[in-house]
Amino acid sequence: MPSLGSGMDVGRILEWYVQPGDEVERGQIVALVETDKANIDVEIFTDGVIAELLVEAGVKVPVGTPLARLADLGTEVATPAAKEGQPAVEPAAEVPAPTSLVTSPIVRRLAERTGVDLHAVHGTGRGGVITRHDVEEAAAAQRPTPPAPAAPAGDGHRASPYARRLAAERGLDLSEVAGSGPGGAVLAEDVEAAATTGVRPSPAAGPPPARTAPGEVAAPPAAAATTAPADTGPATDRGQAMRQAIARAMERSNREIPHYHLGETIDIESTLGWLAEVNADRPPAERLLSAVLFIKATALALRRSSDLNGYWVDGAFHPGDGIHVGVAINLRRGGLLAPAIRNADERSLDELMAALKDLVERTRAGGLRGSELTDPTITVSNLGDSGVDTIQGVITPPQVAFVGVGRITPRPWAVDGMLAVRRTVYLGLSADHRASDGHRGARVLTAIADHLRRPETL
Amino acid sequence: MTATDATTRPTPETVRMTLREAHKQSLRAALDHDERVFLMGEDIGAYGGCFAVTMGLLDEYGPERIRDTPLSEIAIVGTAIGAAMNGMRPIAEIMTCNFSLLAMDQIINNAATLLHMSGGQFNVPVVIRTTAGAGRQLAAQHSHSFEPYFAHVPGIRVVSLATHADARGVLAPALEDPDPVILFEYPRLMTMEAEVPVDPDIVDLSSAAIRRPGSDVTVVTYGATQHTVLDAAEALAADGIDAEVIDLRSLRPLDDATVFASVARTHRAVVVEEAWRTVGLGAEVAARIAEEAFYDLDAPVARIGCAEVPLPYAKHLEDAAIPQVESIVAEVRRVMHRG
Amino acid sequence: MSRPSPGRFRLQAPPNLDAEHGLDLLRTMVRIRRFEERCVELYSAAKIRGFLHLYIGEEAIATGVMAAIDLDDAAVSTYREHGHAIAKGIGTDVIMAEMLGKVDGVSRGRGGSMHLFDAATRFYGGNAIVAGGIPLAVGLALADKLQGHDRVTVCFFGEGAVDEGAFHESINLASLWNLPVLFACENNHYSMGMALTRAEAQTDLALKAASYAVPAWRVDGMDVLAVEEATRKAVTAIRGGEGPVFIEYETYRFRAHSMYDPDLYRDPDEVAAWKQRDPIPALASLLTELGHLDEDGLATIEAEADAEIDVAVTFAESSPLEPLDDLERFVVSEVTP
Repeated sequence: MPSLGSGMDVGRILEWYVQPGDEVERGQIVALVETDKANIDVEIFTDGVIAELLVEAGVKVPVGTPLARLADLGTEVATPAAKEGQPAVEPAAEVPAPTSLVTSPIVRRLAERTGVDLHAVHGTGRGGVITRHDVEEAAAAQRPTPPAPAAPAGDGHRASPYARRLAAERGLDLSEVAGSGPGGAVLAEDVEAAATTGVRPSPAAGPPPARTAPGEVAAPPAAAATTAPADTGPATDRGQAMRQAIARAMERSNREIPHYHLGETIDIESTLGWLAEVNADRPPAERLLSAVLFIKATALALRRSSDLNGYWVDGAFHPGDGIHVGVAINLRRGGLLAPAIRNADERSLDELMAALKDLVERTRAGGLRGSELTDPTITVSNLGDSGVDTIQGVITPPQVAFVGVGRITPRPWAVDGMLAVRRTVYLGLSADHRASDGHRGARVLTAIADHLRRPETL
Repeated sequence: MTATDATTRPTPETVRMTLREAHKQSLRAALDHDERVFLMGEDIGAYGGCFAVTMGLLDEYGPERIRDTPLSEIAIVGTAIGAAMNGMRPIAEIMTCNFSLLAMDQIINNAATLLHMSGGQFNVPVVIRTTAGAGRQLAAQHSHSFEPYFAHVPGIRVVSLATHADARGVLAPALEDPDPVILFEYPRLMTMEAEVPVDPDIVDLSSAAIRRPGSDVTVVTYGATQHTVLDAAEALAADGIDAEVIDLRSLRPLDDATVFASVARTHRAVVVEEAWRTVGLGAEVAARIAEEAFYDLDAPVARIGCAEVPLPYAKHLEDAAIPQVESIVAEVRRVMHRG
Repeated sequence: MSRPSPGRFRLQAPPNLDAEHGLDLLRTMVRIRRFEERCVELYSAAKIRGFLHLYIGEEAIATGVMAAIDLDDAAVSTYREHGHAIAKGIGTDVIMAEMLGKVDGVSRGRGGSMHLFDAATRFYGGNAIVAGGIPLAVGLALADKLQGHDRVTVCFFGEGAVDEGAFHESINLASLWNLPVLFACENNHYSMGMALTRAEAQTDLALKAASYAVPAWRVDGMDVLAVEEATRKAVTAIRGGEGPVFIEYETYRFRAHSMYDPDLYRDPDEVAAWKQRDPIPALASLLTELGHLDEDGLATIEAEADAEIDVAVTFAESSPLEPLDDLERFVVSEVTP
């Protein structure tokens, strides 16, 4: 069915002027087609013999549908050879989409932003092209499915957007603030007044006006900087872009997340002894690093305390769909990324070691997938190598917790009432007070320490 | 109108002039500076210009450069476009923006689109001057404000010139701009006087101007109405309300960053314009504030515009149709919750 | 009803017709014809979309006019412009790429069939607003005059444009200011489906131009030699500073208004009668009579045109699409000229 006018998608054959066996010549009118606008003659562009009519009169078909087969002049139509003939009207070719379309820049950027792996997406576009819609669907599917958003504080009370923001920043419960605006709406000045006269602070779960669209999981700094490693621009630009991305996420963290910090120094002398034994028989390439012990211990500790493992989005906590530990990896040119080791609690130490090596390598070479940067449900950062003793971390939004590991260092230590020199390490936990309270955090920190003291549980 | 431009103060290097003279000076400067510049329009030469802006220029520059045209808006604008595409820098004048509707086809279907349709091959460095605004009892075919019609269209710049500084500082960069620029002037301000520096400053074509800094509420406006808004701001100050007045000046592109920054300080916004409210620039500004500055808002954005009526002749009706000091003060007080 | 004069259509050879020049005119007309015939096929295959206004039947005008002007003269065209563009010297490859909406198209795929532009050949575009290009042409000519350029602007438009105010405002201004414009009116007798006789109280178009004190005459637009001669005469006068000239080229389109329409408004006999005046066989016959062309020669010209269009289609189909990231380019200029 030829395209016979702007906007024509389908046409109906009203009448055939030719029959199989008829000779036709270029320019000859062979059929009459009904379109939305009018009845139009169909001409043929090639000399030949009509071998077969494929669409009967009265039938409506889409543009591009072959209407008839045409054989070369002199071909005996009745013979099977006629089947070799070409269609009278070349169908609108369903050519495979060029690669540039498969990964159109807009779709690619969207995938990066939402952490969707394009290789895993089924394209529904023409010729299997991955469309924007496909990526959005995939992104929605891999998001933690949020429950219905929590009712806003001050429900039944009207408040201006700015007043809501101020209340969240000051930790005030809007429902406790008297509104002086139209219809009793709480205005900014009411919040200011309440803050100075003292109103009960909101419970930890008081919803701030998250500056993200409903349902959107804001990218961590690492995700915002995913293009940096692959970027071919000058190193300084890449570095600046990453700095900017980190700056945005950290600003947001500091502005929005009410942090609480817990810390504990533990004796890991025996654990390191255990590790030395494990490594004793191994070639250097297969040895375990202490870093994996902290990752595994953290992952296992979170199994029982899911409220530190997940995301804070739209004023509500959403548990992670697994325990995916983001590992902070500093880059040689500056900046850092924290890609995830997925389901870290289910992996053996050897598997974790392999995963960690792979991540470090790919992070520094610029081969990370976007999803690896948006997956983490918690981040572990080990600054021990830098000679730091303690660490009070800043949480990467929308995550709700952060585990920092300090330097492993010998300290004087009381053991069985005697002073001994033991190798110790400081573990710091930073957590989002909106999602959890101090005693929950303490339980997690204690559990991490317990696992580290009993390496056989790792 | 005898109001003076509140933002300027006399100093030894200043000179006093009307807004009409300011416009004329910038035209003269453009003609002196670049021999590709010429003017064309209805009665700009022998008559001296409908608003006397071009009075005397014919004698100074001759009929080749000060070209009186027949009453042919399509041909005036279309010819200016063609000349601009072929090496000249024409300044076409359309007497009032009501008449510009006759040339709308050339402005939108040609000036605004040729660069794009030609894949970047043909830019159109034309400048079109026209006038807008009510206040002189000229009724429904000479008084309207059509700035929003043009601000709707990608591919053209729209700038409103309602101060001496802008009248003297915008034309030069507009002529430098490689793309079409439409300049709106305001007949009811032509006799307004101000002390201005002897040497004018160049104005950034894309920027808004804060005409009066303030901390309590942002009033966004443009064109001749800004002088009414400034008067209203003084009345509000007496009442303890410190209004910041922003002249959008560039109506396309919109300098919304200046608006957002102001709203982040004041948390309240009122938009005042002389054009009809419906689908106007005020609607655009309010929408952008809602999109980008929502969490800064402590009150809904308010809009004041022309009553939804063709402008009537009778003075009391005309006055009632367009924003006045009283209506602006009342609306700001309402937004401030000072009913 | 517009019937051509009866009898066999036969061109008159000018006394000094150069054989090679005659063959060049024939080649250009055949190239335009073949280009558009291929466009019909590509449109049927849905590779070209949008509107497609064919020039088939009218090739003698673009060919004869462009032969009479200099390379540096400007042309402003309409939405029925493929012939003008090819005759002005734009490559069929970049035009075809434009038809397919590709980045290598003469307008980077932003314009399509109706908006071909080319700065290099001073082709100021297909304008799809009837009469929309006429004031623009007057402005181009004004700039040339003000800058002392010895150049002419040819402004093509159909007889339907004479209905529009833009035509009257523009030709008046061009006459008043004595500007170097050739108003080239292609009268194919129908503005879309509206017959000239049903649209204009005065159907003698030259009279309208004459009322603006512009010299005006009518020429047979199916006779490429007559078109060229009349245009040359006009351009010589215009370049000599005598002001604008209006020529009505009487012609006929053999196909529908846009790609396909049911053609309910034209009598099939009328269409058939005009097809007897096809400008291509008419010139071929004359050149054959004069001994400048034989069957082999004609076959060679046609084969060369086919081969050229094959190359153009291959080029166009292999050209990439403009990246979506560039969607909003060319709304404002990227460099100051």
